[in-house]
Amino acid sequence: MNALSVKDLHVKINESHILHGVSFEVPVNKVTVLLGRNGVGKSTTLRSIMGFYEGTGSISLNGKEILGMQTYKIAQSGVAFVPEDREIFASLTVRENLSLASREKNSDAAYKLVYSLFPELDTRASQIAGSLSGGQQQMVAIARALLNKNEILLVDEPTKGLAPKLVSEVAEVLMRVAEHSTMLLVEQNLSLVKKIAQHVIVMDQGRVVYQGGPEKLNDASWVHQMLGVSGGHK
Amino acid sequence: METFILIGITGIGLGALYFLVASGLSLIYGLMGVLNFAHGSFLSVGAFVGYWLARNLGPETSMSEFILAMIIGGLAAGAFALLVEQLLITRLYDRHIDQALVTVGVSLVVGALLGGWFTNDLQIFPTPLWFYTAVNVGGAMIPADRVVYIATAVLLLIANWALLKFTRIGLIIRAGVENRHMVNALGVNVRLAFSTVFFLGGFAAGVGGVLVSVYSNGVSPLIAGTYLIYGFIVVVIGGMGSVPGSFIAAMLIGVIRQFANYYVTGLGDFVVVILLAGVLLIRPQGLLGKARA
Repeated sequence: MNALSVKDLHVKINESHILHGVSFEVPVNKVTVLLGRNGVGKSTTLRSIMGFYEGTGSISLNGKEILGMQTYKIAQSGVAFVPEDREIFASLTVRENLSLASREKNSDAAYKLVYSLFPELDTRASQIAGSLSGGQQQMVAIARALLNKNEILLVDEPTKGLAPKLVSEVAEVLMRVAEHSTMLLVEQNLSLVKKIAQHVIVMDQGRVVYQGGPEKLNDASWVHQMLGVSGGHK
Repeated sequence: METFILIGITGIGLGALYFLVASGLSLIYGLMGVLNFAHGSFLSVGAFVGYWLARNLGPETSMSEFILAMIIGGLAAGAFALLVEQLLITRLYDRHIDQALVTVGVSLVVGALLGGWFTNDLQIFPTPLWFYTAVNVGGAMIPADRVVYIATAVLLLIANWALLKFTRIGLIIRAGVENRHMVNALGVNVRLAFSTVFFLGGFAAGVGGVLVSVYSNGVSPLIAGTYLIYGFIVVVIGGMGSVPGSFIAAMLIGVIRQFANYYVTGLGDFVVVILLAGVLLIRPQGLLGKARA
């Protein structure tokens, strides 16, 4: 069963045709990793699902069409988004960032989960979010997405720009979150992808060129051909 | 010394009027990126509704009647601002040139309608007799109406701060000023914050319109233009989207203008323009504004 189904999605931004009929499925309760070289349209795909860009085709969430809906309604339907550049509210405190994101009437359990994943956010609740380190800001961005009951979590390059130690921490959190969530993850870090991926989609020049199991990630020549990086085992 | 105090406090009083006009402009631009040239018409609507009410409340306007006229004028301007936002601005988000053209159009239409109805001549705004007295501050006799301008601006600043700091809609507005797309992505309808800001901005401009009419010795559709220009200057110097920045800039401009005019008649506007140019060159984001990437 699929949580999200994208069919023949075309997106143009300022007259540039970015997505050329993208089609893929995101299975329920699995981590689907969206791979591809820089500039092939991975982030645009996530942002189009969130309703940031207009497009044609179909995007359905649990069978319900969400393409064309306003962004806040898409989020309320159960799509949570962790953007590439975190996009936390720098002038607000950590507590205010979380409070803004929380839409549940009884949010105690959600806060408990978030603080168990990121104890540091509890101790830094009164700190202005803009003064946090890159890793801490990433924690805020992920925490915001976990405060509501979601059908799917869209996560865009969560380890980008982080120090190796922080990459491991974020990876660990993502794996814990993945245990009971449906996730569509854009990630360049191949070792993390291999640990977490249960379903793989590869994009090239605005199109999906592979969709299937993660076994292919162990094939070095395939990885090199598809992603232009070395990886996998021959 | 008395002269110094007198000029300083009357300057702060003038700055208070600028702040009432600029606070809404600043929030509207900061949150929605809307350069709202119709803001002057909110001021006019508030001024004329307040004027009409004060004239019809009785032969002598008491302080409570004046305050009532000010509040009703503010509410009418807020309602008008909300109407403009719902009917016109919501259709033009992210279309900045169209927004400028439409809001200029609104200000011209409102100015023409009010001019046709009430004429463009100054009509004396009924005020309490207390306004014509003076208050002794450190030996300087300060016109009492200045005290009302300053008190109103300070009250509005505190109310604004409390709303932004302690309410959920305030939290949404503060977050929306930074990144409205991300607020939407969190499942929060930022449009509600837009409407709230338009109403509050209109309310402040309407209250300002009543007080500006008292300061200008009468109400006229032509007054709004001058104050709108000063409102924009305050917003630029204070920093787009920063209400405290607007407050500081408004006070600075009011005081500098008064002092400059006292020592060389007519120099006030020139000094303000020099200040504006200086801020744009040295700190383009304004005193408390955030630099845009």
